[in-house]
Amino acid sequence: MPEKDITEWLRESATFPRAVIADIQRAARTGIYDIRGFGAKRALPTFDDLVFLGASMTRYPLEGYRERCDTSVTLGTRYAKKPLELKIPVTIAGMSFGALSAPAKEALGRGATEVGTSTTTGDGGMTPEEREHSELLVYQLLPSRYGMNPDDLRRADAIEVVVGQGAKPGGGGMLLGQKISARVAEMRDLPEGIDQRSASRHPDWTGPDDLAIKIRELREITDWEKPVYIKIGASRTYFDTMLAVKAGADVIVVDGMQGGTAATQEVFIEHVGIPTLPAVRLAVEALKEMDMHRKVQLIVSGGIRSGADVAKALALGADAVSIGVAALIALGDNSPEFEEEYRRLGTSAGFYDDYQDGRDPTGISTQSDELAARFDPVKGGRRLANYLRVLTLETQTLARACGKNHVHNMEPEDLAALTIEAAAMAKVPLAGTDWIPGEDRPKSK
Amino acid sequence: MLGTGTGDGLQLESLKLMRLFNLDEVSLRELNQALHDCNGSDEASAWTVTNTKGKHAVAAGIDAPLEVTVNGHVGYYCAGMNKQGQVTIRGNAGPGVAENMMSGLVRVTGNASQYAGASAHGGLLVIEGNAGSRCGISMKGVDIVVRGSIGHMGAFMAQKGRMVICGDAGGALGDSLYEARIFVKGEVAGLGADCVEKPMAEEHEREVAQLLEQAGISGVDAAGFRRYGSARKLYHFNIDNVDAY
Repeated sequence: MPEKDITEWLRESATFPRAVIADIQRAARTGIYDIRGFGAKRALPTFDDLVFLGASMTRYPLEGYRERCDTSVTLGTRYAKKPLELKIPVTIAGMSFGALSAPAKEALGRGATEVGTSTTTGDGGMTPEEREHSELLVYQLLPSRYGMNPDDLRRADAIEVVVGQGAKPGGGGMLLGQKISARVAEMRDLPEGIDQRSASRHPDWTGPDDLAIKIRELREITDWEKPVYIKIGASRTYFDTMLAVKAGADVIVVDGMQGGTAATQEVFIEHVGIPTLPAVRLAVEALKEMDMHRKVQLIVSGGIRSGADVAKALALGADAVSIGVAALIALGDNSPEFEEEYRRLGTSAGFYDDYQDGRDPTGISTQSDELAARFDPVKGGRRLANYLRVLTLETQTLARACGKNHVHNMEPEDLAALTIEAAAMAKVPLAGTDWIPGEDRPKSK
Repeated sequence: MLGTGTGDGLQLESLKLMRLFNLDEVSLRELNQALHDCNGSDEASAWTVTNTKGKHAVAAGIDAPLEVTVNGHVGYYCAGMNKQGQVTIRGNAGPGVAENMMSGLVRVTGNASQYAGASAHGGLLVIEGNAGSRCGISMKGVDIVVRGSIGHMGAFMAQKGRMVICGDAGGALGDSLYEARIFVKGEVAGLGADCVEKPMAEEHEREVAQLLEQAGISGVDAAGFRRYGSARKLYHFNIDNVDAY
């Protein structure tokens, strides 16, 4: 008879569960806080707390697989001479060469290009591989300015001024020395093998008034051709969105706290920022208040996993979404194929989050030539393209069910909330009621 | 109006190449577009810009060996991301002059505001007056020579390149410094985290003399400068250095 697991009858503390005890023990042992990749792992209010009200007697659905449901998106219509024309409302978020291997960056470009969307550089500059394989490439201007140069600025299709990211609004970055290979070091003008800080503030502007001038400089240098995005980590989203509009953004990217990172303190990932669900609603409110909704486009990111998430973000008013962690998983991150090696690293497929560590067995978040060589960018690109197609098909399915012939025609009125929290955050009624917490009068019947 | 400078007794060949932009009459966009139309060309030509009146991004994004003289004060980001251009600002410069410069020369005959030469990768930035705070912040290979003094947090997180300060430096000089090297003739109000004074050898004195000569700064003796660089104690995260973080 097998021995009984004694933890079945022992009482675990709700205040000090095993994971908390293990973390205290780790801190006491190492004297260093935990730095890791991935995004927030704690349970948060998400798009899962919303449902669509499909067509019935009062709404007329579209025929699946027959009646067209458009998914095209144009980004950068406010000032740019050459806005980006995307075929699908899902883009690839900024992830650096340095955090990711060169073949992984190439695969992101291949996958995005195959389905007609854009990919984004990241902290550390633009690599020839990603430019070559990305039909549409957004070039990030980050506080560190690693690898920033006017040639790549002109080679880019759009420019994204990164003010913050959802995993760490208000925080900079740290790429640990084991990932600073000779090539990464050269691109960043730093010695090989040292820990390198990515600053939390830009070096040459300090507030929205300065940023407006900075953006005009970027436009001057690129002859007003490129759309300029401003990316913000979701925190004071309503006011940040307004200030980004005032600073002259063509596109605003709002990254919720579920957004991924390559290396951030665990305490930052789990305790700073607000979830994507309220962030999208706050950003849309700000745009509408300024009569800029759809004039300045809104991209929402942070924990987008499925076509349902995409559709709900769009229904709340976003123009597109962006994916990071989900794109890496589509490439092969956390694949059970590497379970044995994950075990040797003290983890398991489905739990791996040590993107900062450089020993990723999949060859994705590493600078080891040996590990990176395992990753096939052609196959990875195809997997990503497949995943992006599924996201798009799922989004269309939900839009058609609501009777919409363009994914942008979905609206908050198509949604109901399953929890009081989601109703309050998204400002859609609690299912079966007219109640939106915080609002005096019912919005709909 | 976009025109050709005349009346200075210049030779015909020079006249063909001389371009005069009066920013009271032409827009900043027209100026920068005309400069960018030369990008990628090896042809040198002389340009003069007048009535700048504190405008921002004047002569930003040059990528050709153009000699641009800016007569007047400029706002933010003059000569931003300059490549190859030889830009002289006859006046004061606002924040971020020569930010992210890649190569070439930017000279300010007056004073420069904060973030001068921020994240610049190459070339030479000469400030004949004083510079404000965060001069050379995140510099990545540029050489900066300041005839006067600089404000606080000079060379903050500076990665590569050299900075020569003929006057004084404000507090927290070289905070979180990487491999950039700093030479100061006057007083240093204080050093930032991980910045230390290092011995000044003969080779360093020669280096300073060479930089002063390149910058066209006369009347400053290369002797008597002090050298500062990184102690390299923060290169690897170490809990024992927690007081410095």
